Amino acid sequence: MIKNEAMKIVSQQEIAESIYELTLSGSLVSEMNQPGQFVHIKTGNGYEPLLRRPISISAIDKENNTFTMVYRAEGKGTSLLSQKKNDAAIDVLGPLGNGFSPEAAMSGETALLVGGGIGVPPLYELSKRLTKLGVNVIHVLGFQNAATVFYEEKFQALGETYITTVDGSRGTKGFVTDVIDKLSDSYTTIFACGPTPMLRALESAYKETKEVFLSLEERMGCGIGACFACVCHTADDPTGFHYKKVCSDGPVFRAGEVVL
Amino acid sequence: MNMLDIQLPGLDLKNPIMPASGCFGFGKEFGNLYDLNVLGAIMVKATTPEPRFGNPTPRVAETSSGMLNAIGLQNPGLKHVMADELPWLNQFDVPIIANIAGSQVEDYVTVAREISKVSNVKALELNISCPNVKEGGITFGTDPLVAKNVTEAVRAVSEVPVYVKLSPNVTNIVEMAQAVEAGGADGLTMINTLMGMRLDMKTGIPILANKTGGLSGPAIKPVAIRMIYEVSQAVTIPIIGMGGIMTAEDVIEFFYAGASAVAVGTANFTDPFVCPKIIEELPVLLKKLGYNHISECTGRSWNKHEQFANHRA
Ligand SMILES: Cc1cc2nc3c(=O)[nH]c(=O)nc-3n(C[C@H](O)[C@H](O)[C@H](O)COP(=O)(O)OP(=O)(O)OC[C@H]3O[C@@H](n4cnc5c(N)ncnc54)[C@H](O)[C@@H]3O)c2cc1C
Ligand SMILES: Cc1cc2nc3c(=O)[nH]c(=O)nc-3n(C[C@H](O)[C@H](O)[C@H](O)COP(=O)(O)O)c2cc1C
Ligand code: FES
Repeated sequence: MIKNEAMKIVSQQEIAESIYELTLSGSLVSEMNQPGQFVHIKTGNGYEPLLRRPISISAIDKENNTFTMVYRAEGKGTSLLSQKKNDAAIDVLGPLGNGFSPEAAMSGETALLVGGGIGVPPLYELSKRLTKLGVNVIHVLGFQNAATVFYEEKFQALGETYITTVDGSRGTKGFVTDVIDKLSDSYTTIFACGPTPMLRALESAYKETKEVFLSLEERMGCGIGACFACVCHTADDPTGFHYKKVCSDGPVFRAGEVVL
Repeated sequence: MNMLDIQLPGLDLKNPIMPASGCFGFGKEFGNLYDLNVLGAIMVKATTPEPRFGNPTPRVAETSSGMLNAIGLQNPGLKHVMADELPWLNQFDVPIIANIAGSQVEDYVTVAREISKVSNVKALELNISCPNVKEGGITFGTDPLVAKNVTEAVRAVSEVPVYVKLSPNVTNIVEMAQAVEAGGADGLTMINTLMGMRLDMKTGIPILANKTGGLSGPAIKPVAIRMIYEVSQAVTIPIIGMGGIMTAEDVIEFFYAGASAVAVGTANFTDPFVCPKIIEELPVLLKKLGYNHISECTGRSWNKHEQFANHRA
């Protein structure tokens, strides 16, 4: 069930250049069951900024009633959020959307998790769930440069991890696809979150041979499926009126389900 | 004592608070969050004769104390709305105001004739003011004669009262209001969004795929108040006011300007529970201000002493 709660900040820290890890506690955590879902956050108190910000859930800790997000402080809202101190209350609406189903991969199989920039965070909870189910995981994570890399060790602790940076300052120089092309074909499923061009590349290369799940990003109004801000065409009706809403039907879709 | 009940043409409202069209879908999503029975009415998403996909994304852009939208009247079409959305809303004891749109007079007439037969549709809201569609929409809302004609045509076929939604994107709002009143409108709803634009800092190009969009939210409230103030003195039909309402105080200000009920749009995105919150806070605020009933506030800005335009039975 979707809830609205003033959640308390347990910790907030900058873990890479402009990248913040924020842990909140509250009863809303009991509603979080799926990796890849997101929350809609009110970052200011007044009318500025007016709209909430969608941020993925990157880790769920039911025992302690906390969950963690990792976000880039860039614009007005996320910058405000990054200035909040411990014990402050944050207005959270969630959990929202349909995330990744770890059950799409079977025990003993291998899953490839591909993340680009701020698309990396939701893969962390997913990877934890997959490894718990006995699925082998390979991570390919793309960043701009060494300064913006985060969670490398955390992912390494769960499985094989490759880092790419656009400028080559860490890991392989180039894009995630440069690494994936060279991997052995051992995996059956791909889970990905990141910029649309990356998702498009994965879809066109692996849609036919692998099970591919993609988490999309779109500008949102309501975040709950009521305003039609975030729609995309379905792939079987690419110019017609059939649609999916990224916020409530997604953000995760099977490759080939919607037009990217 | 009920301090909030209001009677308007076709509408027996337990309170004058309703979600604005396009900001509440057809109610299902908000129905998961709270009991929709608390609402005075529901203005559902614009309905056109055929399904519409709307504009490409991005469809929304944030602005200072506001937002731009260019949804482009996406909706599942008349058939689906009649067969699925409206029957679902029937479980609630809440009058539905059906927002109807089109690109030619015949579209409005087609939708009005059919949708006004649905039992829980108690009034129509004629959307002649959408800034986000190429044909129709706003052209109906900026030319008084065209607006009058489409009002007459819809009035002739509708089985329920017709409210006409005015566009603020005009030089003379009073002239528009009087034209649709002469065309037989039973009421007015105002204001729709103001045409605006935002450019991306890095690329310099418009953020919205449609380039322009409609501005809503607290930023437009003073425009709405001014227009309702002017129009309410120049017509005899009631006004449902909207444009930037976030709080119970805002509601009272709209009543002072001349509104008899109000709709809340963008605020539902900031706080999905805003409508029930306002409904709960209003009686407390009214008492604090010394009123026995919210209708006493209507038109106070220009008619302080007489008890007037109190659209209660
Ligand atoms: C389902 C989903 C999950 C996301 N998860 C994460 C995450 O885990 N970590 C993270 O850092 N970012 C995530 N994002 C992106 C994040 O929502 C944007 O970076 C953020 O909204 C930008 O806000 P701002 O205040 O920095 O920018 P501003 O420029 O002030 O934003 C202005 C408006 O544009 C919207 N907007 C701007 N960029 C984006 C974008 N890329 N996607 C959607 N809306 C945008 C904002 O929400 C706001 O309404 C996610 C987006 C979606 C849709
Ligand atoms: C996302 C969005 C979609 C809208 N869709 C419609 C619509 O379909 N029909 C309509 O008459 N008005 C539509 N509107 C206008 C609102 O009903 C309302 O008139 C306007 O937003 C001003 O009120 P507000 O500031 O409270 O949002 C829409 C507004 C928004 C923000
Ligand atoms: S953001 Fe409103 S429908 Fe998706």
